Amino acid sequence: MERHFDEELKGLNEKLLKMASLVEEMISASIRSLIDRNTGMAEDVIKSDDKVNMLEIEIDEESLKLLALHQPAASDLRFITSAMKINNDLERMGDLAVNIAERSVDLIKQPQLKPLIDIPQMAKITQQMVHDSLTAFINKDSELARQVCRRDDEVDKLNEQVFRELLTYMMEGPKNITRAVDLILVAKHLERIADHATNISEDVVYYVQGTMIKHHIEEKKKQ
Amino acid sequence: MVSPKISVKDLDIRFGGIHALKEVSLDIMNNEILGVIGPANSGKTSFLRAVNRFNDLVPNYQMSGRITIDGLDIYGQVDRNGLRRKVGMVFALPVPLPLSIFDNIAYGPQLHGISSRKKLCEIVEKALKAAFLWDEVKDRLKKPAHNLSGGQQQRLCIARTLAVEPEVILFDEPCSGLDPISTAKVEEAMLQLKSRYTIVLVTNNTKQAARVSDRTAFFLMGELVEIDKTDKIFTAPADTRTSDYIEGRFG
Repeated sequence: MERHFDEELKGLNEKLLKMASLVEEMISASIRSLIDRNTGMAEDVIKSDDKVNMLEIEIDEESLKLLALHQPAASDLRFITSAMKINNDLERMGDLAVNIAERSVDLIKQPQLKPLIDIPQMAKITQQMVHDSLTAFINKDSELARQVCRRDDEVDKLNEQVFRELLTYMMEGPKNITRAVDLILVAKHLERIADHATNISEDVVYYVQGTMIKHHIEEKKKQ
Repeated sequence: MVSPKISVKDLDIRFGGIHALKEVSLDIMNNEILGVIGPANSGKTSFLRAVNRFNDLVPNYQMSGRITIDGLDIYGQVDRNGLRRKVGMVFALPVPLPLSIFDNIAYGPQLHGISSRKKLCEIVEKALKAAFLWDEVKDRLKKPAHNLSGGQQQRLCIARTLAVEPEVILFDEPCSGLDPISTAKVEEAMLQLKSRYTIVLVTNNTKQAARVSDRTAFFLMGELVEIDKTDKIFTAPADTRTSDYIEGRFG
């Protein structure tokens, strides 16, 4: 039976997907602005943040309204609570894209410190994780969500690698420090975005299967 | 391993050609509230009424399986009056006796042979307090029970059930005609009572089962689909039929 409530859930879902595509676009543009040294693109990312913030508030209000008026249970309840958490993660990801764009604006003003190799690689994996976590949400695909969680380590390793490499640049000369720190921050922001994609994926598994996988709780319970 | 208060094994009930309950097995523990939910004709009331042998006189009633309370087969040697003293029942519609508030409560204990006025006063006060009604009626115990509001009448019926000191209380849709405040009072009474009694609550209001019961059983067309902790049933039930029902997708 199609319920009137389903229409409202669909509305919430559509808003969330709108926000998701906006945030994905921001992440991708922030990285492209750095690689292509395009200030305009970085500034567009910074401007987009308002839209994401507005959507965050709308989604929160919508979710609270649905909880209060319908007192949902089971998968409806899991959908709405997951939507609220994903909403939070997306908003933070938007902020991090803005942070990357800000670093990019600074970096473009100066000559390039070194050819970018690991950061674009990190960005590629991170963007794929973000995309897959959202696809998993749309398709209720808990297996894909679990795969995303497993990729988080790759990003963490690349982040460490970037840090070590840039450290050597800083030791070579103090004039490198500002640019190296900016790049370290970009890598750090990417690593945080990947963490949020992991959070989203964990929420997707709970939404789809009703099982918590956060903090490796499944393995801990088995022990 | 704690032994259950009530143990139901392969309970199968037919009313003539109607197969009301299909081989249901479940245990009910001491001091728990078991919520029983399910759509119309799911067998939840037949189940409830089997626990104090209320179905016995229904024409064409056939039953197989076993129900034990404290290990004793209630369809064995147990006398029905003794059983019903032990297993009290509260119905959807409150039916006060055409007597005063006091006599409504004292009726049961008197029937069981208590005649001391002092003792009866104690029982009445205790029962009314336990049913969260005492403060509202203590100054008018001699007034007819019919003058009470619907919610008060229902709590009076709960007090009447408590007065004979049962061990198990069966609630059959106890709040179906009550406003939210009366409902909240009845629910509060149930939560307070569970420390001393074992409670089975049949309800069409799934939210009520969610609020009150420790475990919830979902019945569908005479079958026990699922029984689990209430928080599990209402967040992540194992069976899709359960989620469809509590999400309101049936029909």
